[in-house]
Amino acid sequence: MSINQNIIEKIVKIFLWIFTIITIFILFYIVGFILKNGIGGLSKEFFMEFPKSMGREGGIFPIIIGTILLTLAAVFIAGPLGIGTAVYLTEYTRENRITQMIRFGADCLAGIPSIVFGLFGFVLFVIKLKMGWSIISGGLTLSIMILPTIIRTSEEAIKAVPKPLREVSYSLGGTKWQTIVFIVIPQALPGILTGIILSIGRCVGETAAVIFTAGSSLRLPNSLFDSVRTMSVHFYILSREGISLKNAYATASVLIISIGMINFLSYWIMHRFIRRIEGK
Amino acid sequence: MNKILLKDLSFYFEGKKVLNSVNLEVLKNEILAIIGPAGSGKTTLLRLINRLEDATYNTKKEGDIFVDDKDIYSVDINVPELRRRIGMVFAQPVPLPRSIYENIIYGPRLAGIIYKKKLDELVEHSLRQAFLWDEVKDRLNQSALSLSGGQKQRLCIARTLALQPEVILLDEPCSSLDPISTAKIEEAMLRLKEKYTIIIVTNNTKQAARVADKVAFLLMGELIEYGQSRQVFTIPVDKRTDDYITGRFG
Repeated sequence: MSINQNIIEKIVKIFLWIFTIITIFILFYIVGFILKNGIGGLSKEFFMEFPKSMGREGGIFPIIIGTILLTLAAVFIAGPLGIGTAVYLTEYTRENRITQMIRFGADCLAGIPSIVFGLFGFVLFVIKLKMGWSIISGGLTLSIMILPTIIRTSEEAIKAVPKPLREVSYSLGGTKWQTIVFIVIPQALPGILTGIILSIGRCVGETAAVIFTAGSSLRLPNSLFDSVRTMSVHFYILSREGISLKNAYATASVLIISIGMINFLSYWIMHRFIRRIEGK
Repeated sequence: MNKILLKDLSFYFEGKKVLNSVNLEVLKNEILAIIGPAGSGKTTLLRLINRLEDATYNTKKEGDIFVDDKDIYSVDINVPELRRRIGMVFAQPVPLPRSIYENIIYGPRLAGIIYKKKLDELVEHSLRQAFLWDEVKDRLNQSALSLSGGQKQRLCIARTLALQPEVILLDEPCSSLDPISTAKIEEAMLRLKEKYTIIIVTNNTKQAARVADKVAFLLMGELIEYGQSRQVFTIPVDKRTDDYITGRFG
């Protein structure tokens, strides 16, 4: 009996080990493949110069700026909205039909494919509200897309703030709003930031929703109503239309490295957050 | 003249009666100790005087609480203002995750005191009253989380004193403390009596005997006995009080 069980244990262990190796191999293969093809194209000029002849030559400077601007627009719109909703849901309501519906709605929103958001943003912001292909149209569309993430992570972070801390604030004459501003939000901030950083990652990596709403202009934008191209969109166009595979891979490398950095940052903040909850 | 008056006070939580028609009065500059076994409603009673149960769902209150002959549950009461007049110290010392200094001035600053000099004065004065000043005066900017358990509780008392309240409610302030810290807090209480009215909830009957002028014995939400400390502890009227004090149940 025990010999059989030992064999089963060993087989299970070997299989799990193989699964892990496969997963890690795929991950490293993709990242390695892109970096191998792309890292040769990275240079100071690639970061600092404008693209020439549709991106065949030159760098991706306006595209990096476009990516940053679009992401900032999305975060600045979705951040206050999402945090506000989370505060309302956790602090101002008790669990009932309406909060459940809001939460259900947010979860559904999280599951919708991004191209649907793109189409929606195109119809509403670009056409109906006449904002055109622009940072503002793209930012609004992306903000709707990342809203659920921000709401849920903020909600969890706010819920994790211990009740005694709030009661201390109340007992010292704090109003509800003062307690939220001075105690709850600061305490929940690392968790809220983690959600925002994850959202930034999603914005940077998004293609479908962006191409429909922010367009694909190669110029540096002058205002929020100008079209921009993000790195994901640039990569898509370069490779899809066979313009320059070399520059496509170089762009993808920049994309992967920046997303890696963003994830690293969020991991670091999360780590600090957990340590703080556990009382260092 | 009574400072606090509870009149037929009943309280229900999720349909269960936690307090049953309690009548109690506390005179000015007096220490009232509320004793009784766990689950007898002592803490709830205290929290009601500070309106801390307002935010709890599924509760019902009957009867009235008067402070200075004013019903504190009437609509024109400013609750944060009331809580500044009636300071509360919880069983578990919970310092805010800030410096010692910031902990003390949290309340006063919310009340609108912004002058640094005035705040500095408040910090020193309240820390001295809580017998903590000498231990922390050189590290006011250090995190309050670095203090020991007994120091944390005295910090919480100082933080409450910085509100310059009229009444102090203490909910088992020594339940997690060693005898030396307990002695320091009791000493502080006796000193504070000159200026404040104090209600202390305690599981420790000996502590009640040491500090209290009056004692109230609560059992299953009912006020069984109320009277002068000496009388309650030497010749209790009710047999259940006698049983509890002598440790025959509890």
